[in-house]
Amino acid sequence: MLKIENLSKTFNANTVNEKKAIQNLSITINDGDFITVIGGNGAGKSTLLNLISGTLPCDEGKITIDDIDITKQKEYKRAAFIGRVFQDPMTGTCADLSIEENLSLAKRRGKKRTLRLGLTPQEKKEYKTLLESLNLGLEHRLSSKVGLLSGGQRQALTLLMSTLVKPKLLLLDEHTAALDPKTATKVLELTTKIVEKDKLTTLMITHNMKDALKYGNRLIMMMDGKIILDISGDEKSKLTVNDLLKMFEQATGGEVVNDRMLLA
Amino acid sequence: MSSILTSAVSQGLLWAILAIGIHITYRILDISDLTSEGSFTLGAAVCATAIVNNIPPILAIFMALISGSLAGMITGLLHTKLQIPSLLAGILSMTGLYSINLRIMGKANIPLNMHSTLLTNIKELFNLGKDRDAAIFLGIIVCVIVIIFLVWFFNTEFGYAIVATGNNDKMIRANGINSDITKIAGLMLANALIALSGALVCQYNGYADVQQGIGAIVIGLASVIIGEVIFRNRNLITSLIGIVIGSIIYRLIVAIVINSNYVSANDMKLFTAIIVAVALYVANVDFKKKRRPKKC
Ligand SMILES: Nc1ncnc2c1ncn2[C@@H]1O[C@H](COP(=O)(O)OP(=O)(O)O)[C@@H](O)[C@H]1O
Ligand SMILES: [Mg+2]
Repeated sequence: MLKIENLSKTFNANTVNEKKAIQNLSITINDGDFITVIGGNGAGKSTLLNLISGTLPCDEGKITIDDIDITKQKEYKRAAFIGRVFQDPMTGTCADLSIEENLSLAKRRGKKRTLRLGLTPQEKKEYKTLLESLNLGLEHRLSSKVGLLSGGQRQALTLLMSTLVKPKLLLLDEHTAALDPKTATKVLELTTKIVEKDKLTTLMITHNMKDALKYGNRLIMMMDGKIILDISGDEKSKLTVNDLLKMFEQATGGEVVNDRMLLA
Repeated sequence: MSSILTSAVSQGLLWAILAIGIHITYRILDISDLTSEGSFTLGAAVCATAIVNNIPPILAIFMALISGSLAGMITGLLHTKLQIPSLLAGILSMTGLYSINLRIMGKANIPLNMHSTLLTNIKELFNLGKDRDAAIFLGIIVCVIVIIFLVWFFNTEFGYAIVATGNNDKMIRANGINSDITKIAGLMLANALIALSGALVCQYNGYADVQQGIGAIVIGLASVIIGEVIFRNRNLITSLIGIVIGSIIYRLIVAIVINSNYVSANDMKLFTAIIVAVALYVANVDFKKKRRPKKC
């Protein structure tokens, strides 16, 4: 269970560029929750995920996972129980290392790196079997450099890497936004497959309202660094895109919905 | 001619260790580390001072290795803990090391003439006629040991972590690795090798000089780039072997150019800098075609 209490983050405090990116935000995320996160540009979605993962330090508030206070913990320490996939396909993998080398790095997430062999022959077989089961066309390319893969393949690989060691929390920041629609759907399908199989607690940012409704058991909408809508279960499954748009308009006081949110 | 050749091979082998150290920072860690200029001299200073104080040459070389790793650690700490840009952190170390090297040596130059070094030991042990033969013998042994060590090391879990850090340090933290530690470790390893090279070169030269490291980076880079031209399709082993060959070729070029009388020994640094600038430009054009976009 992830518990966030009164979290705040301000960029460039006390300057003309001051930006309150997260404002006194609280939420409790239950084990097994698959939450989709929507909100306009600059709503603070990425910042929220960066605060949870420790990429950014928070100004105020408290974050606990399973009652362990991680508010002050370093990013690389939290990584022991947090899996992440980023928007940019380049970010999640090492281009100059092979697929199996990348997987081997992820396989040891949360463990000390020793002077033992970085990639054992047994692991190689394991990864091959894993990739065969997923049908991504990567099973014969285990020793190819990741830099040679397409964006979609790299995102699929990052997804595998982030879940190779089962994370307590999976954070997906618009991880299909840089892909063409067909590839995006494929990666989304793979995402749900993995999330459902391992019952992963997941936060998935998307700018696509349809996807936000289609996937997950809970939906939150963010605006100005706050959660302005939090619905789950039946209530969520009955929701339509139109309902969402209306709610969004109400929340923003009739402001025109950002076209990126509509069209995507 | 044969003396030019043996001279180039012997010097090339001893300086190759420097180039391998530069390869680790420049290519693997993706950091332009200027500590090298200071740590190369540091290795020579420590080794020569130890030898004139009657410390066994093997131990003296080992002390040089350790001193180099400490220099790398300082740069690493400046960069990661004080968040000083790596280029500047290296400059600070290099500048500080100039004074430290003078302190260690007590003067600007320490001749080794009367003292036994690893080279004279080898010469006596194997009854070799010339210093150069001993240097070639020693150079080959050290290069082989260093290459075997690095190939093993960079295939360990920790070695992978260092390689991955240079590639994408955001990814590395997302996978639970402390990128500060991997950067510091990489800088320590690189500068230990560079100091080792400095220690070997000072024994070859017969003296340690406080100016010995000037231009070391560019010379190392020249060897790395020549190596990359030789082996276009490379993995770690071929890269390292390529660097050794590159270092020898560089020495040959230097010898030929100086012998041609068009360029004097004093112009060599300028000559090398121009060669490296041109080679880097060509290599960049080449890299841009097939390489990852630069990470932020
Ligand atoms: N590193 C930063 N420095 C300054 N401002 C930032 C930084 N990161 C985000 N912001 C600002 O914080 C706000 C929230 O950004 P972000 O969380 O990226 O929004 P979203 O992901 O919802 O589009 C935006 O106004 C953005 O400009
Ligand atoms: Mg964002």
